[in-house]
Amino acid sequence: MFHIYCPYCEEYREEEEFHPRGQAHLQRPADPENCSDEQWGDYLFFRDNPRGIHHELWVHSVGCRKFFNITRHTANYEILETYKMGERPSITAETLAADERQSGVQTASGGWQTVGARPEDEALNTEARA
Amino acid sequence: MQRYSGFGLVKHALNHHENWQRQWRNPTPKKQYDIVIVGGGGHGLATAYYLAKVHNITNVAVIEKGWLGGGNTARNTTIVRSNYLWDEAAALFEHSMKLWEGLSRDINYNVMFSQRGVLNLGHTLQDMRDIQRRVNANRLNGIDGEVLDAKGVQEIVPILDCSSRARYPVLGASWQPRGGVARHDAVAWGYARAADALGVDLLQNTEVTGFKIRDGRVHGVHTNRGDIEAKTVGCVAAGNSGVLAKMAGFKLPLESHPLQALVSEPLKPVLDTVVMSNHVHGYISQSDKGDLVIGAGIDGYVGYGQRGSYPTVEHTLQAIVEMFPIFSRVRMNRQWGGIVDTCPDASPILSATPVKGMFFNCGWGTGGFKATPGSGHVFAATLAKGEAHPLAAPFSIDRFHTGALVDEHGAAGVAH
Repeated sequence: MFHIYCPYCEEYREEEEFHPRGQAHLQRPADPENCSDEQWGDYLFFRDNPRGIHHELWVHSVGCRKFFNITRHTANYEILETYKMGERPSITAETLAADERQSGVQTASGGWQTVGARPEDEALNTEARA
Repeated sequence: MQRYSGFGLVKHALNHHENWQRQWRNPTPKKQYDIVIVGGGGHGLATAYYLAKVHNITNVAVIEKGWLGGGNTARNTTIVRSNYLWDEAAALFEHSMKLWEGLSRDINYNVMFSQRGVLNLGHTLQDMRDIQRRVNANRLNGIDGEVLDAKGVQEIVPILDCSSRARYPVLGASWQPRGGVARHDAVAWGYARAADALGVDLLQNTEVTGFKIRDGRVHGVHTNRGDIEAKTVGCVAAGNSGVLAKMAGFKLPLESHPLQALVSEPLKPVLDTVVMSNHVHGYISQSDKGDLVIGAGIDGYVGYGQRGSYPTVEHTLQAIVEMFPIFSRVRMNRQWGGIVDTCPDASPILSATPVKGMFFNCGWGTGGFKATPGSGHVFAATLAKGEAHPLAAPFSIDRFHTGALVDEHGAAGVAH
């Protein structure tokens, strides 16, 4: 269950109040009449669908009913930030990769998920051994 | 391959079943194969089997990053049917249904295919009009189907609430008697064993980390166990297809979503058919072990985590209790999620790609299990000949640019 911060209500609310609406920041072709079939098909149907950082559109459907954006990790589902329509994300896959390089941390982002097993968590493993 | 039979069972009983042959080898990867299949689920293993059996190409490897049949093959609700609306989809799924009907004998493995019938309920007048249209289309395509009224449904499933008191009263249903369920794991294991016996290498715990692509043509794959050369690569990776496509440098019109399912504690036999409802949105059958096998819609967000959100589980069970008040106090035993790759038109992709020699079989969304034999059969033909099998041709990736979509949202049985 997600606990989502609505940037308009400025409160955390439960996932059930919201609806996901797919990839954010899609640009509708400026001149649809003169698009090629490829351009129009790409706009309509082709999405990023990354295993990793994803910027997506959500609507607070039973709250303020406003659309806003969420930056979320699609493998571990962590919500990294929420921001209003028209704003740009402050966290992206690029900035995150740069941060990781700087702090020298190896993250297990996007690996194969095994139910219950978290080999990357040293504390848990120590606890299990003791 | 040691053939399975009743006689064999008796023979092995004499030495306490201790000397059964292993079902498949665990080979070391060779440097070079004719064809490499990425993804060792039902569809990938079926593809390998039909390549060896129908096309006599046995220098084939199936590369699987986890274990065989550990993804969506192990996570679905095992429903098999072929009552799709459009000619293209109906032909593909009916091809699959015909293979199901002889599958256990073909691969000498009991896949426990049980044609117990599938009901798709209608709760509104529009539902009933759609059902009539779909059943008529099915019959024109030679697929069995009947339109039932509420009384007919009640006769087949006495425990279903068909009264007018229900919040969404059952007005009728489409009924496909040849539909049913099969044992999901046995399908993967049976195909794996049969493919292995014909000489296919099944490489488990081998993850593809990249593709060797030169001059727009694939020459092999990089894996965590070394490089493997192959002139033809078939990717059958369900939810992870988009990740593979990205490695190869192109996009697919797919979104990967979690799809959850759950099973109850085992009960005495109470439901001898499959009941699906598009409108209240849930589907249910009872396994041979006695558990109620329950599923519903996807979680709406993109997710690769093989788990979804709790509210989706709650909605699923609300739908089931709405249809079957008798199940209101049944306890749920286990719940899980798989990653389904949904296509904008709810039809699969069986297609060549911008990279020569590389083919994708993906986009089966929430309904891939029923297609396992047919998908493998036509994809094997596509890989062997290097061009689309006639049944696969309408499912080319080009359709998202030409606009020739195969829109199966309505007839896919459950809303996506």
